[in-house]
Amino acid sequence: MVECLRQEGVTITFGYPGATIAPFFDALSRSAGIRNILTRTEQGAGHSASGYARIQGRPGVCIATSGPGATNLFTALATAYSDSIPLVAITGQVATYQLGRDVFQEVDTTGAAEAFTKYSYLVKSVQDIPRVFKEAFHIASTGRQGPVLIDMPMDIQKQEMDFAYPQGVSIRGYKPTFNGHPMQVRKVAGAIGAAKRPLICSGGGVFSAHAEAQVRQLAEDCSIPVVSTMMGIGVLPPGHPLFYGMVGQSGIAVANRALMESDLLILVGARVGDRAVLSPEHLESNATVVHIDIDAAEIGKNLGTTIPLVGDAAQVLTQLIQKKPRGDWADWVAELDVQKAEVRAKRLARRPKSENTIEPNAFVRLLCANLPEGTIYVADVGQNQIWSAKNFSAHGRFMTTGGMGTMGYSIPAAIGAKLCAPDKTVVAVCGDGSFQMSMNELATMRQHGAPIKVIVVRNGVLGMVREIQHAAYGGQESAIDLSGSPDFGMIAAAYGMAHSCIHSIEGAEGALAEMLKNEDAYLLECVVDPREVTA
Amino acid sequence: MKSILSVLVENRAGVLSRIAGLFARRGFNIDSLAVGATDDPSVSRMTIIVDGDERTMEQVFKQLNKQIDVIKVKTLEASASTRRELALIKVNITNQTRSQIIDVAKIMKADIVDLSHTTLTIEIADRPERVDLLLSLLASYGIVELVRTGMVAMQKGSEAIAIAVAKPD
Repeated sequence: MVECLRQEGVTITFGYPGATIAPFFDALSRSAGIRNILTRTEQGAGHSASGYARIQGRPGVCIATSGPGATNLFTALATAYSDSIPLVAITGQVATYQLGRDVFQEVDTTGAAEAFTKYSYLVKSVQDIPRVFKEAFHIASTGRQGPVLIDMPMDIQKQEMDFAYPQGVSIRGYKPTFNGHPMQVRKVAGAIGAAKRPLICSGGGVFSAHAEAQVRQLAEDCSIPVVSTMMGIGVLPPGHPLFYGMVGQSGIAVANRALMESDLLILVGARVGDRAVLSPEHLESNATVVHIDIDAAEIGKNLGTTIPLVGDAAQVLTQLIQKKPRGDWADWVAELDVQKAEVRAKRLARRPKSENTIEPNAFVRLLCANLPEGTIYVADVGQNQIWSAKNFSAHGRFMTTGGMGTMGYSIPAAIGAKLCAPDKTVVAVCGDGSFQMSMNELATMRQHGAPIKVIVVRNGVLGMVREIQHAAYGGQESAIDLSGSPDFGMIAAAYGMAHSCIHSIEGAEGALAEMLKNEDAYLLECVVDPREVTA
Repeated sequence: MKSILSVLVENRAGVLSRIAGLFARRGFNIDSLAVGATDDPSVSRMTIIVDGDERTMEQVFKQLNKQIDVIKVKTLEASASTRRELALIKVNITNQTRSQIIDVAKIMKADIVDLSHTTLTIEIADRPERVDLLLSLLASYGIVELVRTGMVAMQKGSEAIAIAVAKPD
């Protein structure tokens, strides 16, 4: 197993040991070249592997023991599945001769994880190990990426074999389409030529395919406006004149209007989630919909598509750019520019709801203005995520869990990202709710030398839930009060992190400068009025 | 709208669960599912009857194809396929009704496969609508027990569902 990981070029694993995975950890400790990062929960291991994979571009590896180890890992697997992040998860399992007898720490791991893994293996013969690992890495990292689970019974881990790693894989039921169909590409080029109000909507799939440059070139060559889903934020650099922001329930008004008014919508690596595209019926009847996706099953699932185009986003867009589609829609762009300026002015005019608090949108903009080029910005889940997504304007990578929306993602994912890119500034922005779901991972950060900047947007409540309660439940607040939260300054001190707490945007300037000058980990607390909303 | 899907899958543990789970999870309605080995021992063939509109069927087709254990999916046209279902029907008899029931079975080209003082078991292997017809003819006598296999189907003519030979990547 360890040799398989080496053959795959794995140098870091994120794992938590236990009885049934002990043989593997024993072997791991006896071989050079792979460093295991001991996290503080298995969920943290999975999220860290996800953060690592998103920066590395290869599957992240996470390891857990059987039973509770595996079930703790599941949330991270489901998150990676929903966000199409490549992971290889290895779980210990009870011995093959004990399977199905409900012995200590036994659960049907592969059965339970079936709905949120791309594929899974329960290895019952030692001879299968090299093939299974080879296939697992191949499946996780090709086509629509996702988590692959290898469940390893303990007795199999202890057996010996003559090792030979396969050169290639041969899976007859798995042949992802890479090239776009030339006829469909021609149709898309024709549709662009005929359009009056074209729009590109880029999703997380653009990052998976490393197609940022192609999206930009297509947009610039043809002057087509671009919007993005939450997972697609950062595809175009901030401040790009053709970028109009994030669409969706929590999106930017001008982006949503562009979506509604477009007569040609080109979706690239976006799965048309319900939070991103609010009225697919309207689009179906009013726009020509081009859907470019590596996963054929996403095309037509949530939105009727006029021109389906299955393939790798970078490849398909390169084919499309070669067709040199052109058109004139300067009026459309000018119209959107006016709206963009209006929306922006409105956001800039916002003031904090009370004294000694910070207007969160302004804070994120200020933070981004100060972050060095190449920063990795990991947004957690909740109001902080929406404020981050709407105002992200740093020259770097934006990462969050848009599909699963798993609270507590940012700190472990940021640690994984930092371990992959130690020279980059990595910032985890979370709320006081999500911070407390993963603050245990600060020990992982300390132990393994992954100094990240943690920003806690603190308002003392579960702000997003509060918003829902005010919007849909008559303002009856229920189970959102976070009283009893610890003193975050003391938490920072306990983990040996420098800390400061800011209450005003004026004070933020100095604190941000200090945080970024500090080469070590830092915890910045940003006090926000609980009545601030994301709308 | 009912569709007949013929699905070639890897013959290994967990595949049936994956396919069944997929249908349950995504709310696709299975009318029947029959599975068995093929001439190639590494491949099983499932015949799945699905009820759904055109858009649902497109999703069913794509989701099945997306499964790594699924080698090939084909939609079979009812009119261009040989379709069969096997049913065993245990029906109540009396001295008065026995010969009537035997007549019904004969006319329907079904076999009597078991007999007791009070019951008679009929085997029919025919198109599902013929099985339904036989059942309706027997209903008034009192059906004690019924088992149906679900439909299997094969396209008519010389064409076959072939597996492309896999080349290592």
